[in-house]
Amino acid sequence: MNMMSEAAVEKALDQKMNDASYKMIGKDVSVYYGEKRALFDVNLNVRENTVTALIGPSGCGKSTFLRCLNRMNDTIENCRVTGRITLDTDDIYDQNIDVVELRARVGMVFQKPNPFPKSIYENISYGPRIHGLARNKADMDQIVEASLQRAGLWTEVKDRLHESGTGLSGGQQQRLCIARAVAVSPEVILMDEPCSALDPIATAKVEELIHELRANYTIVIVTHSMQQAARVSQRTAMFHLGQLVEENDTDKMFTNPDDQRTQDYIMGRFG
Amino acid sequence: MTDVVSPVSGIPKTKSGRRDIGIKRRYAAERRFRTYGIAALSFGIIFLMVLLWSVVSKGYTAFQQTMITIPVEFSEQIIDPQNERATNPQKLLTANYPVVARNSLAKALGVSVDDRTKIRAVGQLLSDGVRTQLRDMVVANPAIIGTTQNVALLAAGDIDSAFKGQINLSVAEENRKVSDLQVTWMNQLAETGVLAKHFNTGIFVNGASSRPEAAGVGVALIGSFYMMMIVLVLSLPIGVAASIYLEEFAPKNKFTDLIEVNINNLAAVPSIVYGLLGLAVFVNFMGLPRSASLVGGLVLTLMTLPTIIIATRAALKAVPPSIRAAALGLGASKMQTIFHHVLPLAMPGILTGTIIGLAHALGETAPLLLIGMVAFVANYPTTPLDPSTALPVQIYMWANEAERAFVERTSGAIIILLLFLIVMNVGAILLRRRFERRW
Repeated sequence: MNMMSEAAVEKALDQKMNDASYKMIGKDVSVYYGEKRALFDVNLNVRENTVTALIGPSGCGKSTFLRCLNRMNDTIENCRVTGRITLDTDDIYDQNIDVVELRARVGMVFQKPNPFPKSIYENISYGPRIHGLARNKADMDQIVEASLQRAGLWTEVKDRLHESGTGLSGGQQQRLCIARAVAVSPEVILMDEPCSALDPIATAKVEELIHELRANYTIVIVTHSMQQAARVSQRTAMFHLGQLVEENDTDKMFTNPDDQRTQDYIMGRFG
Repeated sequence: MTDVVSPVSGIPKTKSGRRDIGIKRRYAAERRFRTYGIAALSFGIIFLMVLLWSVVSKGYTAFQQTMITIPVEFSEQIIDPQNERATNPQKLLTANYPVVARNSLAKALGVSVDDRTKIRAVGQLLSDGVRTQLRDMVVANPAIIGTTQNVALLAAGDIDSAFKGQINLSVAEENRKVSDLQVTWMNQLAETGVLAKHFNTGIFVNGASSRPEAAGVGVALIGSFYMMMIVLVLSLPIGVAASIYLEEFAPKNKFTDLIEVNINNLAAVPSIVYGLLGLAVFVNFMGLPRSASLVGGLVLTLMTLPTIIIATRAALKAVPPSIRAAALGLGASKMQTIFHHVLPLAMPGILTGTIIGLAHALGETAPLLLIGMVAFVANYPTTPLDPSTALPVQIYMWANEAERAFVERTSGAIIILLLFLIVMNVGAILLRRRFERRW
């Protein structure tokens, strides 16, 4: 067994991150809600096996950009997206791309924990079932266990898999939602303020989880907490008034940003 | 203690120096409002009590029927004097059964068969319904001719009413329907237990009859049952499908707005208008039979659809968007999202709306009058295409009858209808409990 120390893993991942081509590329992405323009020609690339944090004041368009990445904006009436977003080499807004398949590749975790009002097992197994990922019950059991393991929830719920998912605590529910997203083996996981409804302890657990998930997934996270962005991400993008202000290594972003507005926002001067 | 008047606003100040913003008045207003609420509630409860009391006190006697149990002599001389029943089966159908019953009763009372005035009065103690009662016995088993059988015969409607104390016997004899002699006989028979009240199964199984003692809601129950089935089978799938399409798939534009406004308006259209529509479309244009429960069911379906659509749309709207987002985010298609997640969560609301719509349809009378369901139907309808009536229509028809005994039957039928409504509403509550899921 090749046992790498944690630091070595980190180093390897960072290496991979710098070497890798971009997992998702957004070029001149603009979003209109009816007449109102919410995003202005955003060029933002997402690196593989990286946690990219999107920060910025409320209404700056960071959630809108996030929702473009798995076409969740399609579900909003009057919403129009222009520009070009690719996942690996596929243009996700291409006519030939099936949105169902896209969302299986780009999973999402929402602001408020939203487990289905079904059992924990059914919550996890729903995605694999509709995508036909399990051939039989044993397969499914294994997917459920692996997903819950990944989300660090297995030991807590393994004895009550058939109890309702809504009976869990807020933090557990959110980790259940992450497990649910992980269960369909996505390549990218989008997280829209995943900790905003959680207490600090649950937040810490989710952050730790994000850190671990980085090894296998590319993660884009929207957050209002500067500390969180600093803690969990390697790359940070700052949005303001629908425009991308700056995108940089998180370390640089929080110590010596290129843009004055970033500096001001991080220092708490506006937002 | 004296209030200081603020020099600026003129509003009195309290001791603490803050402006008096009428805390006392606010509490008084709150108390007043509560009193109004309690008064309104008590008012409603009193009216409900009065209604129930009036219906039940008038109607409970309808579930009992006075019967005269006597040995009936199936005399061959009266039924089949020429002994031709082997060659002419019609003979048994047309035989003079009332005389058979009358003579047996006369014997029990010790009245001579030759006393023509008295024997007529004896005959009036019995319902005309004994004709079919005895005929059915003989046709089913011709061997009983010539024997004597104990039979519980239906008492005449007036005797039934008199025995239940519903006819005022202090009125002069010529002004009432039962003579003193008949009352004497009645009491004489009652003393020996020959004449007694029994549970009235007839009211549940019999069809229409001009004789109250033989009338029942049997046909109306079957008609109402057919109609409810038709309404359920048609309006639930159509209504739910329409709501899902309108709520989840239809683009929001002027046209769908127009449809929405119209659905809301249709729910408020007086039901008699639906009756006219049904008459014009189903009976006159499509040529479906009059008085048929199929037509009734179709009309009630039209009437129930808006209710179900409105209830279903409200139930679909009440499903939190986060559930939809969760399913879509996992890569479920719109259909999968709706059928796997939204619809099951909306189910309690949909079922409640449906059952309330059905209960509404069950009690609906006006449209059925127009399509000819106010009919005198004595035989059970075997299919929904046969003429039939409905429970509320039966109540309406009985309420128009003159006989005293129909008064209690009207109330009795109302009790039956109310029981069905209560059962349906309890069903709605249970289904809602059963399917309710918290999120």
